[in-house]
Amino acid sequence: MAGALQVRNLRKAYKDVVAVDGLDLEVRLGECFGLLGPNGAGKTTTIEICEGLIAADSGEVEMLGMRWDSNSSELRQRLGIQLQDTQLAEKLTVFETVRLFRSFYHAGPSAAEAIALVQLEEKQKSRVGTLSGGQKQRLAMACALVGDPDFLFLDEPTTGLDPQARRQLWDLIEEFKLAGRTILLTTHYMDEAERLCDRVAIMDHGKIIALGTPRELIASIGVEHVVEFSAGGASKTLTVSALREIEGVRDVKAENGSVQLQVTELHRAVPALLAELDRQGLPLTELRTHSASLEDVFVTLTGRRLRDE
Amino acid sequence: MSDISAVPELRAREAARKAPRPSAWTDHPLAQLTLVRFLEFIREPEALFWVFIFPILLAAGLGIAFRNRPADVLKIAAVTPQLAQSLRQDKLLDVTELSGAAAEDALRTGKVALAAVPGPNGSVVFRYDDTNPEGRTARMLADRAVQRAAGRVDPVNSTDQLLREPGSRYIDFLIPGLLGMNLMGSAIWGMGFAIVDARRKKLMKRLVATPMPRHYFLLSFVLSRLLMLVVEVGLVLGFGTIVFGVPLRGSAIDLVLLCVLASMSFSALGLLIASRARTIEAASGLMNVVMMPMWIVSGVFFSAQRFPDFLQPVIKALPLTAAIDALRMNMLQGAGLGPVASQMGVLGVWLVVCFALALKLFRWR
Repeated sequence: MAGALQVRNLRKAYKDVVAVDGLDLEVRLGECFGLLGPNGAGKTTTIEICEGLIAADSGEVEMLGMRWDSNSSELRQRLGIQLQDTQLAEKLTVFETVRLFRSFYHAGPSAAEAIALVQLEEKQKSRVGTLSGGQKQRLAMACALVGDPDFLFLDEPTTGLDPQARRQLWDLIEEFKLAGRTILLTTHYMDEAERLCDRVAIMDHGKIIALGTPRELIASIGVEHVVEFSAGGASKTLTVSALREIEGVRDVKAENGSVQLQVTELHRAVPALLAELDRQGLPLTELRTHSASLEDVFVTLTGRRLRDE
Repeated sequence: MSDISAVPELRAREAARKAPRPSAWTDHPLAQLTLVRFLEFIREPEALFWVFIFPILLAAGLGIAFRNRPADVLKIAAVTPQLAQSLRQDKLLDVTELSGAAAEDALRTGKVALAAVPGPNGSVVFRYDDTNPEGRTARMLADRAVQRAAGRVDPVNSTDQLLREPGSRYIDFLIPGLLGMNLMGSAIWGMGFAIVDARRKKLMKRLVATPMPRHYFLLSFVLSRLLMLVVEVGLVLGFGTIVFGVPLRGSAIDLVLLCVLASMSFSALGLLIASRARTIEAASGLMNVVMMPMWIVSGVFFSAQRFPDFLQPVIKALPLTAAIDALRMNMLQGAGLGPVASQMGVLGVWLVVCFALALKLFRWR
């Protein structure tokens, strides 16, 4: 299946930073594609070049078989865009805002239908300024949907929202996928990408450093589980090197008194770890395990965490 | 593209976009953008006050302060009872009898315009400030009263006929000035703040990301300006004519044309000011720099002729001067469009130059 979006060798530099550094990207029709990375990785610059809002220094962008320099007005009709931190006019009501955006498009749901799509019917007559963060994001979604777009850009749609509001938005985005729309989503929440995206690209310093389905990426680091623990007290310290010898342990990281083990077989590694601590005479004060996630992929690839920046 | 037509949802959406769409004119993007501008404006109480209420309050205040009163009665001081008595013969003098020191004090603090003091050999000394017009008038009246009391007879008989005609009073001068100032302020503030605010909140960027034709965005400001103009001009002129009887001697159509032209020129200037600024502070600083000099030199409150001759060509080239001069000629002298052609020319040049520059400089992000 051919691409909804093809990006080749894209480059964009601001005064002293190279924001996008020779990026290649392909988004397939009908998929939800996640662009992941920490703040400053170049996600927003990439997405805004694809949206035709800023010009690249070099490289090519082809969307739905069209290009910005020759088909921009037709392209605009077919894109739905939600930008990071847009503040819609506070004095207007929800309905007035959506009706305004609806007037720009040839076809699509009516303003009231678009509002119903994002479940804001009760707030139709409320001023935008009185909405909560989650409601504002849903309104932004309605504005992105009024043109009945084939391709939807969502730039950090859930940043700054509480967990309940995030889950509501996730449900919405899943409905858009079912309607056969192609979605390009940026986020720095790995759980969001794992839940919503068919494929993800991890971006760092303007480049894509890993690409695949969330499952593939997690499998690629050869780790299934992560064990975190703290042990001992002030009197005795842990001999970290001994941990590397435990069967199934791929990597060990110690920071601030907490130790992180990347392991393949949890059922063997945990008893072995307990035995080792017992041998060193250290009591366990904390123990946690989780299945490997995209977060661990990022840590493995870059040695940094995503949200520490 | 074969791959696109292979997806049924895409095909359906494609067909919907190509289908003819019956829609009301109110669904037109330009109508919607204009409506939204208008709604945002009327939901901003401060803006309503400054644009609609403030000019009326100002006109009322100044109109009352400078209303034509029966000829002023001048307060003067006399040091002796004899002098006081002879001075009281003139009805235009309000004479207070004071001791020498108290009279000096009253003179110095401006409570009286003149003090009459007896001089040597039955003469009279008038003490006053000759740079103060009231002082000079008081000197003439007091001298006449003293001379008449002493028995002077005027050789020629004279009588007065009083003319107090609408059109020559201060309020008649003021109302066109306020109208011009109001046209400038609301256009520049209206354009400037709304545009910079939309840019700051990235709302402009969001609109640019839709298929909205960009010139509609700018055009919507012009259209909403025209809508507001009806109210603004109507309020100021209605107030002036009903409350103060300010004359409207020129043709109403010409007056409307002049207001529209002036408002468009000021809007272009506002657009230029707002074309690059990213913060409200930067924009309001620029607006003040542009408007403040015109408030002072363009003849809103007093005639621009008071400034030195070498400045006159510069002052006449300012849009506010041109607007106010044209409005005054229309309203007070009943001039048609011919006599105000040069003022319209000035406004036209500002309109074209500012608009062209603004389009070139305008920052959409």
